[in-house]
Amino acid sequence: MKRLLYELTESFRIAFAQIRANKLRSVLTALGVIIGIVAVTLMGTAIRGIDTGFTKSLAMLGDDVLYVQKWPWGGVEDWWNYANRPPIRPEDADKLNHIIEQTPNSLLEVAVPVSARGNSVKAGENKVSGVFTIGTTADYGRLISADFSEGRLFNDTEAAGGRPVCVLGFDVAEALFQNRSSIDQTVMIGGHPFTVIGVVAKQGSFLGLFSFDNQAILPLEAFRKYFSVRRGAEIRVKITDKTRVADAREELTGAMRRVRAQLPGERDNFNINEQGAFKAQLDPIKQGIALAGLFITGLSLFVGAIGIMNITFVSVKERTKEIGTRKALGARRRTILLQFLIEAVSICLIGGFVGLGLTYGLVLAVGAAFPAIPVEFSVSLVFISMAVSILTGIISGFAPAWGASRLDPVVALRYE
Amino acid sequence: MIPSSAPAASRLTRPAGPLVIDIAGVTKLYEMGEETIHALRGVSVQIHRNEYLAIMGPSGSGKSTLMNMLGCLDTPTAGRYEFNGKNVASMIDDELADIRNREIGFVFQTFNLLPRSTALANVELPLIYAGYAPAERRARAIRALENVGLGSRLHHKPNELSGGQRQRVAIARALVNSPSIILADEPTGNLDSKTGVEIMALFEQLYEQGNTLIVVTHEEDIARHARRIVRLRDGLIESDGSVY
Repeated sequence: MKRLLYELTESFRIAFAQIRANKLRSVLTALGVIIGIVAVTLMGTAIRGIDTGFTKSLAMLGDDVLYVQKWPWGGVEDWWNYANRPPIRPEDADKLNHIIEQTPNSLLEVAVPVSARGNSVKAGENKVSGVFTIGTTADYGRLISADFSEGRLFNDTEAAGGRPVCVLGFDVAEALFQNRSSIDQTVMIGGHPFTVIGVVAKQGSFLGLFSFDNQAILPLEAFRKYFSVRRGAEIRVKITDKTRVADAREELTGAMRRVRAQLPGERDNFNINEQGAFKAQLDPIKQGIALAGLFITGLSLFVGAIGIMNITFVSVKERTKEIGTRKALGARRRTILLQFLIEAVSICLIGGFVGLGLTYGLVLAVGAAFPAIPVEFSVSLVFISMAVSILTGIISGFAPAWGASRLDPVVALRYE
Repeated sequence: MIPSSAPAASRLTRPAGPLVIDIAGVTKLYEMGEETIHALRGVSVQIHRNEYLAIMGPSGSGKSTLMNMLGCLDTPTAGRYEFNGKNVASMIDDELADIRNREIGFVFQTFNLLPRSTALANVELPLIYAGYAPAERRARAIRALENVGLGSRLHHKPNELSGGQRQRVAIARALVNSPSIILADEPTGNLDSKTGVEIMALFEQLYEQGNTLIVVTHEEDIARHARRIVRLRDGLIESDGSVY
């Protein structure tokens, strides 16, 4: 055991002496590993970043909210089965709330109707087009997790009276009023005047497709007064216990069938969507990206590994006589094997450290230059890339080191 | 004038100790493509502790093969080889490595020092393979280097030493494990004659200290330093006798 330790120390000493003695060669070989590690770790950070982005986006939808809608999320093949469904009406939400109140220990907390359309919003000379305008009740405040950067949501009285008040998304408020306060300002939404009573704090965008900051929230009655709700609405239902989504979903399905007065055996003529379903759709895509990305970047590491293998073969060839001498002096096969493996692993580890350092720098630079691109550097990445470096060294160094350990000492000593 | 390399007239022959090497009827065959080469055709040699032996013979005589066999670098095709009573002929690679490490000190014609290691590190190498702790390694290696007159060159690398000094480092390395035999292959072959004489004087000193020396050479002058000469020809022992 002690002998092995001494042999290892000696092997490391020789390995570093060897690397120092062949600086250029070692640097060039390590370069292959550096590029490989940078590629793989960058891919790793990107994948983690995408993952975090997905999770964050899904959290915006709310993990305790069910969406009652006409269409399911994600595509459907038999669209004709859905097209003739009756639209979801805001009044359905009232009926749902009524049922929820009557149900003891209901898993559902509150149903909130949401009607939506695109509008342009104007304030004086400034105009923002394509603002996602929604009409809802005061209960909407119980659904969203976001804070208000200023002001408040409308209350029940304002909602029921259809008062012309509105809450703006952060980007809309900023575009219209820059650094000034938006509270009590009048904006024209779809040509109708509304008084701003609140601004929702910045939330970010959902999968980069839809910005939660580009919206305007109006009382449902006001929305109904100026814009049509005939195209239908959706009902968002907050549940009491997020660990029992499936049960809550079942209860909501039953309640909704009662609202719709559907007969037993009849197919649901509505859909209940939740972020979990979204996740199920996105996960395979995410995994596909991760797998393909790691495979492609893994190829560059593979090229680096071939470089290591090549250099170890050369090193064994050059030092055949030294191997013979060591064997004559009593080095066992294991000793020679370890010596060359350690050389290969040392170069890989140096490459790994440098590569990791470069990745860290790049991640910081990208993070500073493009805050929108989700990249994330983690401790586990350090350990994984070190493990990958060591593994690369062992795999690529093994064949030449094995050959060296099997050399016949007589032949090796005669080698010139 | 170059000093004569002939041995001094008044030299003592030490009494031989117990049997170290016992070789009987050893043959060695090599397959060279289609051809089979009989390098040794049945060689028997006994070597005792504290003998000073020279092995001579022209090239192709089997001299190198016998040396490799004695050095446990190679095993016989047939025949008996016992080293300190242990059967070498049936040993596997790693067992041979251990025997070489503990029992045999090699001195090569080309010195075979590790170029990027100091004299001290070179001499420590067999002790690393033997599993000695660093402090003891160092102490022993220093003693061995002092014994060959290189106490002041411990931290020099081979390229900072003369040929004679390099061979002394190699001899210190051979001695450091207190082996049963020192096996020197043409130890003066790469040295000028003056340095060669110095090295042979060192061998004489080692012999007088009680070491067992086997020198393989094709030079009569060198062989005559030994007390016994074994001559090989065509894979057989031609003669085996004391030097008067």
